[in-house]
Amino acid sequence: MGLDIRWPIGLLFSFVGLLLTVYGFATRGDAELYRRSLGVNIDLWWGLLLLAFGTVMLAYAKRGAKKD
Amino acid sequence: MQVTLTWLDYLILLTYTGFVIGIGFALRRYVKSSSDFLTSGRSIPTWVTGLAFISANLGALELVGMAASGAKYGISTAHFYWVGAIPAMVFLAVFMMPFYYGSRARSVPEYLKMRFDERVRALNSISFAVMTVFASGISMNALAKLLHLLLGWNYHASLWICSAVVLLYVLKGGLTSAIYTEVLQFFMIVLGFAPVVYLGLRDVGGYGALTRLLRGVAIDPAALHLREPGTAYSANAWTSVWQPLLAGPASNPMGVDLFAMIFGLGFVLSFGYWCTNFLVVQRAMAARNMTAARNTPLVAAVPKMLFPALVILPGMIAVALMAVPSKGYRIPAPILDNAVYPRAMAAIAADASAPPERALRDVSAAVGKKMDADRVAALVRDCAAGPMPSEVFRDRLWGAVAEYDYDGVILSLVKRYCPPGLLGLALTGLLASFMSGMAGNVTAFNTVWTYDLYQAYMAPNRSDEHYMRVAQVMTFVGILISIACAYFAALYNNAMDIIQLVFAFVNAPLFATFVLGMFWKRTTGTGAFLGLLLGTATSGLVHALTITQGNLPGMKGGYMGIVHTFPSEMAQNFWLASCAFVVCFALTVAISLATRRTKSDEELAGLVYSLTPRIRDASAAWYQRPGVIGVALLSACVVLNIIFW
Repeated sequence: MGLDIRWPIGLLFSFVGLLLTVYGFATRGDAELYRRSLGVNIDLWWGLLLLAFGTVMLAYAKRGAKKD
Repeated sequence: MQVTLTWLDYLILLTYTGFVIGIGFALRRYVKSSSDFLTSGRSIPTWVTGLAFISANLGALELVGMAASGAKYGISTAHFYWVGAIPAMVFLAVFMMPFYYGSRARSVPEYLKMRFDERVRALNSISFAVMTVFASGISMNALAKLLHLLLGWNYHASLWICSAVVLLYVLKGGLTSAIYTEVLQFFMIVLGFAPVVYLGLRDVGGYGALTRLLRGVAIDPAALHLREPGTAYSANAWTSVWQPLLAGPASNPMGVDLFAMIFGLGFVLSFGYWCTNFLVVQRAMAARNMTAARNTPLVAAVPKMLFPALVILPGMIAVALMAVPSKGYRIPAPILDNAVYPRAMAAIAADASAPPERALRDVSAAVGKKMDADRVAALVRDCAAGPMPSEVFRDRLWGAVAEYDYDGVILSLVKRYCPPGLLGLALTGLLASFMSGMAGNVTAFNTVWTYDLYQAYMAPNRSDEHYMRVAQVMTFVGILISIACAYFAALYNNAMDIIQLVFAFVNAPLFATFVLGMFWKRTTGTGAFLGLLLGTATSGLVHALTITQGNLPGMKGGYMGIVHTFPSEMAQNFWLASCAFVVCFALTVAISLATRRTKSDEELAGLVYSLTPRIRDASAAWYQRPGVIGVALLSACVVLNIIFW
């Protein structure tokens, strides 16, 4: 079926991951903001993880496109 | 505690919405015929159908409800996964998919028509069509209500906006777009909730500490108002899967006996759902070839097996948090009606110098809920000391309610742990589960309606464009009826309970019909039809003659006299299904033997096990064969059961 679903998944999670990472990085050291998440800068770490997941999906999508 | 969303949270929500609608539009140009729209033209790779299979099942009610059960019953809730899902999914893949996919039926009711006759098809398609829109409506109402109570979102806005988004992408891209977005939603749900579970676990101090805290809770659940005073379980009631069950219905929080659990849930209900429900089977039917179709439920079984960590654990974490007073956490109480506050205030003022027991009794009566004795006493004392701002009074009165709205567990944890950003992600995950469940229902509904009711009985032999248009109109109508059902559910709570009960009656015997149809060629159409009808009647009758402990005759059964009392509603439900299955099975066999076969062996080729050539999987590598994967999955499931024994 024409569309490889890995493209939208990869794009969505890379974008959201990037958003969280940048936000997390910009607000590092803001203890009040991260009091809820037990002092962990969860935006930064989870953002990086989402970014990695998105990138892997994009890489697979690209490899799939080459094969065809 | 009210949480406000920041621009970042809204941005994440909007990005997700943009992507799912975008997928619908991107797929629009590939949808040319009714079969593209309703069955995806059988072209989708296995991993995609597999994840869509599980995502369609992972609706909002599953997410919210399983966390609630995790809090109410602890880790035993995992039985719904390791006993009540995995074996049935493996059975579907290995034994039943060849008939569904190989017969080239476009829907489960259509298979029934090929195997039996029009009567069985009509019975199944009508009950299924009604059931899907109601199920969708119930789930929509539950979620919109939750978003309103815990986030202050407008009930109508959440309902209509979510429905509009689902309508847009299903209308544009049909089943393919529902399946593709379900895959995206699957990742959104998992990646949105995993950090919440991680933070919760970190907060209670890891799994070891969680177990220790829950052991304390299990010995005296009444201390946290989780059970009636005087209830005591063995220490492992919340943390062991099998040991409390083996000790009997009185010693486990579910109140279920071993037989009901294994036969009722593990066999009748689970096989009835996973092997015959078109909502999930439709995903596998859209796969591109037989091996892909058979592997679809197996791919789905892997995440299903691990889901308890994502959906049940939050409920257990919530209970453990309550056991540590310094954490200041409580499962949200039911929201009180506005009229309650002045009544309670009057009762408190009148009892200012009365003995605490009387104050407690009067305040409980005014609120209409069980109340916590210490908190009520403190509130009475503080009110007598001087005037209290109305906001503070409302908060404290609500805080003194000793009943819980377990459905609020998951959102209350999201609110507790998520900073801006992560909050948006987790909420998007929740909305994604809502949309995937709804899209699943709608795509199954429009297919059954178009092929099994409209084309079969109302307007046969029309052009494909005509059916395509009907399918699109039915998508629209299906969503509108779901919304109507949601409002109906919001208005008449009891009516909804009755409808769900009726579904339970209808679903219980279904697997007997399928298993006899697929594996015994002598089963006749009349046998299947009457067996199914009388099986359904049996579950209704059993319900009317039994009751659950602590309930009066009525909605909970017993309105035709009480022959037996079950320790819990869950036990009643499992036994009901077991009886319906046995009766349907026996009657189908008896009536089939008494009636003449209407279909010859040739007509049943490809539909019945003994008349279908065995599938040789020799072309696939050994590790891709459904049989091999199935055995591996079942072994993994056994290992999980042993670990959490």
